[in-house]
Amino acid sequence: MSEDPLIAVEDLNVSFPGRGGVTHAVRHASFSVGRERLGIVGESGSGKSTTGRALLGLIPRPGVVSAKRMSFAGQDLRALPDAQWQALRGRRMSMVMQDPKYSLNPVMQVGRQVQETYVLHHRSSEADARRRALAMLDAVKIRDPDLVFNLYPHQLSGGMGQRVMIAMMLIAEPDLLIADEPTSALDVTVQNEVLRILDDLVRDRGMGLIFISHNLTIVSSFCDRVLVMYGGRIVEECKAIELAAAKHPYTRALIKAAPSLDHVQTELSVVTRDPAWLT
Amino acid sequence: MIDVQDLSVTFRNGGRAVRAVKEVSFAVADGETFGIVGESGSGKSTILKAIAGLIAADAPALTINGTAMGTQRNKAQRRLMQFVFQDPYGSLHPRQTVDDCLREPLVIHGIDGIDAKVMEALADVGLQPQHRFRFPHQLSGGQRQRVAIARALILKPRILLLDEPTSALDVSIQAEILNLIARLRSSYRLTSILVSHDLAVVAHLCARIAIMQNGQLVELLDAASLRSGAAKEPYSQELLAASRGFTRATA
Repeated sequence: MSEDPLIAVEDLNVSFPGRGGVTHAVRHASFSVGRERLGIVGESGSGKSTTGRALLGLIPRPGVVSAKRMSFAGQDLRALPDAQWQALRGRRMSMVMQDPKYSLNPVMQVGRQVQETYVLHHRSSEADARRRALAMLDAVKIRDPDLVFNLYPHQLSGGMGQRVMIAMMLIAEPDLLIADEPTSALDVTVQNEVLRILDDLVRDRGMGLIFISHNLTIVSSFCDRVLVMYGGRIVEECKAIELAAAKHPYTRALIKAAPSLDHVQTELSVVTRDPAWLT
Repeated sequence: MIDVQDLSVTFRNGGRAVRAVKEVSFAVADGETFGIVGESGSGKSTILKAIAGLIAADAPALTINGTAMGTQRNKAQRRLMQFVFQDPYGSLHPRQTVDDCLREPLVIHGIDGIDAKVMEALADVGLQPQHRFRFPHQLSGGQRQRVAIARALILKPRILLLDEPTSALDVSIQAEILNLIARLRSSYRLTSILVSHDLAVVAHLCARIAIMQNGQLVELLDAASLRSGAAKEPYSQELLAASRGFTRATA
């Protein structure tokens, strides 16, 4: 980990005013990300995706984001003008979404979608962009880039679609990648291939990675550090390999609730929620 | 209870034929929970649908409770087995209340005492009486899956077919639903088949497990040898290793 973190967040709050009152999706979250793999785990509705989106300035109105500090490589992200967001988003930090079926343009060849990102962020000729797009498809281990370049999203399998999305995000060579459940829609064996690609990128390019997932097994085996979120709060932060020895009762309950291949249980333990976790 | 002999299923689309299931054979004893694991496209759900009579096998391959069965079934045969689907958001009619959903199978089969049976089914799956007149969008994912299970069990079937019943749910909710399934299968003395891509879930509930790949049954083994890693086939080993999490060592 470098001394100067890529992302520094202090007291981040995201809330959505609505007819039934204000929903606090993220409460008092503080964390930092260096050139490492940071995992964020939690159940649906715990605020993990919202945290990722807030970092990219993608919280839609009427959502309100406030923080004592939120900076990317020393640059203050609070109240950043739109033009500067455009220079950051996609170019220096970007996000891979969960489902390739919904996040790729269905009527555009996938190679062109990868190429488009590059053209948007770099001055380059069409031919150069195409060459780079092909190289990127190759880098994410797509076997026949020339063929895949001309395919449409519905002609790809889930794993290939996910790799195309990763290629699209990485062609601009961002310093930080936020991956929101990038492998949840994939089969276990494919899942590991995609993780390996992300892993190589972190190691070889020194990229920072925020890995959002609900899967404790993957996070504990893949990430360096883990944040556990519950009800919009970060309830625990620990080293990934020490996740099994987590201290917070919520984290412990989550680990126990998952069936394990290692030991036989007649009944799984159920998470009993303590209202005190929310305070 | 369920005997599958050389089951093959072919889908024809335009001029192309895809063999989704290739000569799969297995038997499930009375009261047993049988597991099928595999990746997407391996044919595991297709087997379940063929057993339920929702799609046709290429040749007669099924014997259920001593009777050979195709896709043509009478009411009693249909009542014998019930299905729980993966997506609790997609498998309940959005404009039917829980009550409508639970009542319908009873009406179809001309069963009396509907009110009492609906209340009993709700209690069985751990739902409260106030959930009875809710619509699916007023329920959480876990509650919807409970409704789907209640709907399947309200006809008191002998066989329960579970297609990825917890894949769309959070771990904590998954634990509740798995416990519910375990409790109900013993109180109803159910024979069941559980299809999942999650080896840990299958090992938790099933005694015997079939591993599928590309429409073929690769290996049949018991839960203990799955846990101890005694699988013989390379593909089973690969699947097991992948399920244990990410390994940084070179592939």
